[in-house]
Amino acid sequence: MTPLTGLTLKNIKKSYGKTEVLHGIDLEIELGEFIVFVGPSGCGKSTLLRMIAGLDDITSGDLFIEGANVNEIPPAMRGIAMVFQTYALYPHMTVYDNMAFAMRIAKEDKATIDERVTRTAEMLQLSEYLQRLPKALSGGQRQRVAIGRAIVRDPKVFLFDEPLSNLDASLRVQMRIEIANLKETMKNTTMIYVTHDQVEAMTLADRIVVLSAGKIEQVGTPLELYGKPANLFVGQFIGSPAMNIFNAELLGAGQNTRIKTKNGNEFVIPIVSSMNIEHQILTVGVRPEDFSLSDKANCMLSGKIIFVESLGEVTLLHLDSNESKEPLVVKLPGIINQQKGEEIYLKADLEKTHLFNKDGISLLYL
Amino acid sequence: MAASKSTEKIQSNRLLLSLHQLRRSPLMLLVHLTVLLLVLLWTIPTAGLLISSFRDKDQLAVSGWWTALSASEQNIIGRTAALDQQTLTDGKYVLSGKIAGFNEQDSILRFGWKSREPEAYQVGTVAEMKNGGTLKVESDGQYTMTSATPFTGSRGKRIFYTALAAPKFSLANYNEVLRSEGIGRSFLNSLTVTIPATIIPILIAAFAAYALSWMRLPGRSLLIALVVGLLVVPLQMSLIPLLQLYNTIGGFFGVGAKTYLGIWLAHTGFGLPLAIYLLRNYISSLPKEIIESARVDGATDFDIFVRIVLPLSFPALASFAIFQFLWVWNDLLVATVFLGNGENELVLTGRLRELLGSRGGNWEILTASAFVSIAVPLTVFFTLQRYLVRGLLSGSVK
Repeated sequence: MTPLTGLTLKNIKKSYGKTEVLHGIDLEIELGEFIVFVGPSGCGKSTLLRMIAGLDDITSGDLFIEGANVNEIPPAMRGIAMVFQTYALYPHMTVYDNMAFAMRIAKEDKATIDERVTRTAEMLQLSEYLQRLPKALSGGQRQRVAIGRAIVRDPKVFLFDEPLSNLDASLRVQMRIEIANLKETMKNTTMIYVTHDQVEAMTLADRIVVLSAGKIEQVGTPLELYGKPANLFVGQFIGSPAMNIFNAELLGAGQNTRIKTKNGNEFVIPIVSSMNIEHQILTVGVRPEDFSLSDKANCMLSGKIIFVESLGEVTLLHLDSNESKEPLVVKLPGIINQQKGEEIYLKADLEKTHLFNKDGISLLYL
Repeated sequence: MAASKSTEKIQSNRLLLSLHQLRRSPLMLLVHLTVLLLVLLWTIPTAGLLISSFRDKDQLAVSGWWTALSASEQNIIGRTAALDQQTLTDGKYVLSGKIAGFNEQDSILRFGWKSREPEAYQVGTVAEMKNGGTLKVESDGQYTMTSATPFTGSRGKRIFYTALAAPKFSLANYNEVLRSEGIGRSFLNSLTVTIPATIIPILIAAFAAYALSWMRLPGRSLLIALVVGLLVVPLQMSLIPLLQLYNTIGGFFGVGAKTYLGIWLAHTGFGLPLAIYLLRNYISSLPKEIIESARVDGATDFDIFVRIVLPLSFPALASFAIFQFLWVWNDLLVATVFLGNGENELVLTGRLRELLGSRGGNWEILTASAFVSIAVPLTVFFTLQRYLVRGLLSGSVK
């Protein structure tokens, strides 16, 4: 069976007055796929979600849900359900009434409502709270009610708008697992999840859409984004602590790329490059965990330790480097016995070193 | 610091002690004292009015309500038994018994038999009457009247006495004002005006407030500005033009001038700007997500209004209902202009004004009437105040 399209976005734009906030989004989402929108605050990810929900107008472009154009269709008719960041429960209704609200509006018969609410409540372990008001529930329970309210509608597309950001850390982990389980049980429901927490994005998503300033930067599986970021923005946005970047000169292009860092040492990176950018200055990106200690003669970078974070399983060293304007962060396994103020020398795993041209585009994607 | 120290000096030791116990700042104490003062300022006159309205009208006329529980001196006129009940004992005609109309709880201090000297004799002494007769009155109301010649006439003789009257409370004043003074009828008239004049503007304003908060319509902000502008239009300015307009249009539809319909519409109109303004402020502050969530759930604007916004707006609706009810209930001006003076139309305020003119000296009538007119606003306030709750939205967001 060929996968059906769940959602198609064609050149979707959004303007508030004269300010354009989304500059043409094109995206195909397969049926049953779990898509996560991530991006910094103000990148337009929530706006995009609200446009899919029908809560905000689409300024231009077309939106298809399972093949049908839904641009002018009101939210309720789109077959979507949405979970809001702030839960948005109806405070004067019991959990049962909250979950039954949509079906009552749709004038379903009582038995159906009862059956579906009861089943959903069981699934979410809410059975014993059905007669409570939202104010008598904990944060996690409230969020489960909000999710339950969406599930009972049996939507084609499930929309989550930062559903976990109001919960405390341990609850967040727990709810993340519950959402992952939910995804397993609802295989034919497309889910779109907005978050700024990249851990949520990496753990939940089939594919991640990285947005920045109203544009899609890259779409891919979590490991694609981590391993092969298309540009500097994605490279730095995905992964924590962020990828270290510094400049190096491209000496030799070809099947492999030869670069020279500021300290004069040369390295051969297994990335294809074209001749016409030879002798340009490239940006090199190395993730903190891809560094290892080295000696002065073979080092890619060197720097003075300005801060040590010993976490037990790993040690984070913050360096004031000679080769980079920004402080470097190095993640070394185990406990490292280095003191503040010491000078250390680092080499990078060349297989995992990223190269970006002067426009910030990865050489892999040129 | 100096101010707080001097304040503390004034406080009694006990207050000082509780100040330390509660660890409250002097400012807090000041706030509490002020509140206490305000409560007293409001309660004392009301309590006085309430007590007075239950007192006997003669006692009310001579002493203040704070003496209501102690006995008071009163000048009373009583009569002996009918004169044909006299007996002839030892050559003297004697008439004795209890003064008619004497209250058993009273005790007589002084008495007299002439209207010019009503307190001439101490109780227990013998008063010389004309024609050699004597009159003796005991403090418990027993009298003995003797005379050498038979008493003539049929009615009993008047006895003037000053009694220490025991406090008397009764519902007699209420009985009187509700039945014979027309307060009862006016009370119903006032309710007839007030209840619709409260409900109609709330209904209209709630719809308007929802639309002005959550529905996209052209010129919405202009409409809001207009409503705010109407808030400051003085009622007096629009009174007469409005009456003329109403009479013309009413005449066209065959509705007479000075009817209940007119005053309902007038109060609705005067109440609407404030109602819309208050309710819009409240309704637009409801969390946007709740409304959007309902919209995603398939609710129409009407569904959202009825099932979500109305139940959540109870505090605002209740507070405006209290406002509007009190204002309409206490209104005299609009009622005078828009409603007739007949028995079936005169509202309580109008009736009170009439009573002030015709029965201005009768405190028992005025106090009872006043309390009848206070009772309803108080009931309304205490019924609705339980809806003035905070935390109605808790559990919805965050």
